[in-house]
Amino acid sequence: MGGPTRSPLFGTRPISYRGAGTTGSHTGYDRRDLAAASSLMKATGSIQKEAASKVEKSVKPFLRLWLGWLGPFLGLFLVVAVFTLLIGSPAQYLSVTNLRIVLSQTVIVALGAIGMTIVIISGGIDLSAGSVIALAGVVTALGIERGWPPLIAMLAAVAVGALIGLANGLSITRLRVVPFIATLGMLGIARGLAKWLASEQTVNVPATWVNELAVTFPRPGWIVLAPGVWITLLLAIAIAGVLRNTVFGRHVFALGSNEAAARACGIATDRLKLWIYGIAGLFIGLAGVMQMSRLRQGDPTVAIGAELDIIAAAVIGGASLKGGQGTILGSMVGALIMAALRNGCQQMGWPNYIQEMIIGAIIILAVAIDRLRQKRV
Amino acid sequence: MSVIELSNISKRYGATVALDSVNFQLLRGEVHALIGENGAGKSTLMNVLAGLTQSDTGSMSIDGQPYSPTSPLDAQRHGIALIHQELSLCPDLTVAENILLGAEPSRAGWLNHRATKQQTLDVLKNFHHPEIRPDRRVSELSIAARQVVEICRALAAHASIILMDEPTSSLQRQDIDSLFALIRHLRQQGISVIYISHFLEEVREIADRFTVLRDGKSIGTGRIDSISDEQLIAQMVGRPVENLYPKAPCDSDGEVVLEVRDLVARRLKRISFALRRGEIFGIAGLMGAGRTELVRAIFGLDAVESGTITLHAHSKSGRWVLPARRIAEGVGYLSEDRNGEGLALTLSVADNITLTRFQTCSRWGWLDVGKQQRQATSWIKRLSIKARSSYQSTGSLSGGNQQKVALARLLHQDSDILLLDEPTRGIDIGSKAQIYEAIAHAAASNKAVLFVSSYLPELFGMCDRLAVMSRGRLSPSRPIREWSPESVMQTAVGAEAA
Repeated sequence: MGGPTRSPLFGTRPISYRGAGTTGSHTGYDRRDLAAASSLMKATGSIQKEAASKVEKSVKPFLRLWLGWLGPFLGLFLVVAVFTLLIGSPAQYLSVTNLRIVLSQTVIVALGAIGMTIVIISGGIDLSAGSVIALAGVVTALGIERGWPPLIAMLAAVAVGALIGLANGLSITRLRVVPFIATLGMLGIARGLAKWLASEQTVNVPATWVNELAVTFPRPGWIVLAPGVWITLLLAIAIAGVLRNTVFGRHVFALGSNEAAARACGIATDRLKLWIYGIAGLFIGLAGVMQMSRLRQGDPTVAIGAELDIIAAAVIGGASLKGGQGTILGSMVGALIMAALRNGCQQMGWPNYIQEMIIGAIIILAVAIDRLRQKRV
Repeated sequence: MSVIELSNISKRYGATVALDSVNFQLLRGEVHALIGENGAGKSTLMNVLAGLTQSDTGSMSIDGQPYSPTSPLDAQRHGIALIHQELSLCPDLTVAENILLGAEPSRAGWLNHRATKQQTLDVLKNFHHPEIRPDRRVSELSIAARQVVEICRALAAHASIILMDEPTSSLQRQDIDSLFALIRHLRQQGISVIYISHFLEEVREIADRFTVLRDGKSIGTGRIDSISDEQLIAQMVGRPVENLYPKAPCDSDGEVVLEVRDLVARRLKRISFALRRGEIFGIAGLMGAGRTELVRAIFGLDAVESGTITLHAHSKSGRWVLPARRIAEGVGYLSEDRNGEGLALTLSVADNITLTRFQTCSRWGWLDVGKQQRQATSWIKRLSIKARSSYQSTGSLSGGNQQKVALARLLHQDSDILLLDEPTRGIDIGSKAQIYEAIAHAAASNKAVLFVSSYLPELFGMCDRLAVMSRGRLSPSRPIREWSPESVMQTAVGAEAA
C-alpha cells in the first residue's frame, strides 16, 4: 500500500459543483483542498479493500467449482452410504438388480428434469409437468388401443407435450402472464384434458414393445439397462451439449441471468421462450410415455404433484430458481438422489409418509447448502 | 458535421412532462456532456435515443437520415449503444459470453469457442485491465471492470455512438482515470460519446461540448471551455445557488443524549464518543473504515460484542437491541443504501413517510388515510418533494426526491437523535441544499445529529464537531475549526501504525 503520500490523485477528484456560488465555508479552507482530500480518501479506501479481496480471490473459483460440481454427487454418495448402513446388507442395496430398479424408477423424473432444467435456467418454471405426463400417457394408450403403430402413438404423445409447452410459452409471451401462473393454469387444463380424453377411466392397452421401455429386466439381457434409461442418458448428454455449445444454449443462460440485458443485446426473448417451453414440453411428453409404459395403462389421474419432484431434482442438482444457473448433469444426479431415497425407504419398509418428509427435508437442505455456498465462497 | 440531430423532442408520462421540445446535436468524434439536475430529463432523453421509449413528438436523424428506433435492437443496428447507470450484463455468463451476446460466432447454431475467444481478445487488447479475462464470470468482477466489459460489448457491436449514463457514480478515482483514457481512445477512433454526469469537474475533464437540460427543456449548449462553473450551475438550477450550507458552527453544551463507550463490534475497535443535543457531529473516514458499521451497531442492526451504548443517560444496551426499540427510544436512522434498506419503493410517498409513525395516523390498528395524507402532504411541501401527489409510488420519483422522502420519514418520526449515513450521496445540488437546510433546522430545534459522509466539503460546511474513522478506530473528536482537510486525511490514513 502506498501510504499517505502525495499522489497524482491529489487535486483531481471531480467534485460536483465545486464553488457552487458558495462563499466558501466558515473554516476558510479552499474548496479545492477539500476536494483533493476527499479524492485521496476514496482512492485509499479502495486500495484497502482490494488488498483484502486479493487473498479471497485465489481460493474463490476453486471452491466454487468444487462445491458446485461435487455437491450433488456428494449428496448422492451420502444417501447411498446411509441406506447401505441402515439396511445392513450392502449386497442387497448395492446389487446390480437394485441399481436397475433405481434407474428405471428414475426415468420419468429424469426426463422431465431435462426439460425443466432448461426452463429453470431461463428464469422460468413449469408447474404443468405432472398433468402433461398424465395427458401424454393417456394419448399414448389411446393411440395404441386404436391400433396405431406404437411409434406413432409415442410421437403423438410427445407432440402433445410440445404443443402444451408452446401454449405455455404463448400465454407467457403474448398474454404477459408470469410463468408461475401461466403453467399453474395449464396444470388444470392439461389434467382436465387427460380425463376428458380418457373418459375419466384408465385406458388399458394391448401388450406392445412400448410396455418394455422402462422395465427393470429388459430383453435382450445384454442391453443391461432398460431402453428408457438409455434414451434418457443419450438425451441428457445431447441437451447438456446443446446448453454448452450452441447459441440457443447461451441465450437460455443469458435470458435467465438478466432478461433486460438479453433483450438489449438483440436476443428475441419472446421467441426464445416459445422454444424453451416447447422443448421442455417434448421431454415432459416423453416422460408421459414412460409413465404409461411403467403402468401399462393410460391413467389420467397419475403423476399428481410430479412437477414438484421434477423441480426438486433440478434444484437439488444446483439449478437456481432465479435463473442463469443449472446443469443437466446436476439435475440427473438430483433425480437419482430422490430415486435412491425412495428405494431405500421402501427397502427399510418405512411408510410413504416418512419418505415424503425426508424428501421435503432434503430439498430444503439442498437449497440451504446452496445459499451457504453462494454466500461464503 | 453532426452525427445525431434531435429537434423538438417531447415526451409525457401521464401528467409529468419529461421532455419538452428538446433540441440536441452530436458531432462526430466528440464527447458531449449532458448536464442537469436529477429529474431534468437526461435519462428519458437517453432512453428515447436508445429505442427504449418513443418520443411523443419531434424528429431525430442520424447522418441526415430520419431515425425513429422502435426497439433497442433497432438502435443497435444504427450504431447506438447505451451504457446504463445500472449495468446490464448477465452476471452468470463469462466476459467473452457477455461481450459477444447476441452476436456469437457460430455455425448452424453451434458455437465456435475458438472464434469467441479470439474476437473477445481482439476487443480487449485495447484496454488493459488486470481483472478481465475472457473466461471469467462477470459476477466475480468489480464494478469498474464490468463497466469496461460493457464498453467492449458496445465496440464489438460496432457502435459509433455510445451513451454513458453516470458511468463514474460507483467508481474509484483510479478507475475513473482509466475510464477517461478509454473514452479519449474512443474519441480518437471517431466514436461519439454522450456523457451524463453530476460532476462538473469531471465534465470539464472529459467533455468537448455540453448541453444543459432543466425541467425537460434544453437550456443551453456550447463548448465546455466557453462557460464558467457558476454560469453552468445557474443554467441547471435556474437560479443562483446562494449559501449551500446554511449553518454556522457552534459549541453546543446541550445535554449528552447518546454516549458510546468502548464499543466493539464487527469491524469496530473500542469506539467512544458522546453526542449532544443541538449539535451536528461529523464522522469522516475512508470507505470501508467502519463508519456504516458504527451507525448500524448503534441502531441495533448489527450485533455489539462489548461496550456500552447509553441513550438519554439511562438505557444501557445489551448485546442485541432491536431497531424497533431504538426507534421507541427516539433514534432515527437514514441508511446509505436508499434502495436496499431505506425505502419501500413500491409503496406510496405517504406510506413511506409515515411508516415509522403509523400510531399518529391510526386508531386500533385502522389507518386514518385522510390524516396520513395530510401528514405526508405537509412534508412534501416542507421539503419541496417533486411528486404528483402523496399517493404516487416512491419508486417513480427521481433519486434526489426519493432521498428527501427518506429524510422526511426520519423527521416525521420526530426522533431526538438522527443517525445520517451519507445523506446526500448521488443527488443533485438543489436537493442537497434543501437536505442541508432540513438537517440544520433539526439541529437548531435541539436534536442531536450524527452526520457520516465521505464528502469533506459538506462535513466542513455542516458539522460542529468532527471525528475521523480509520480501520475501525475513531479519533478523538475536535471542534471543526481545529480540523483541516489535511489533518483529516492524515488521521484517516495514518492510524495504520497505531
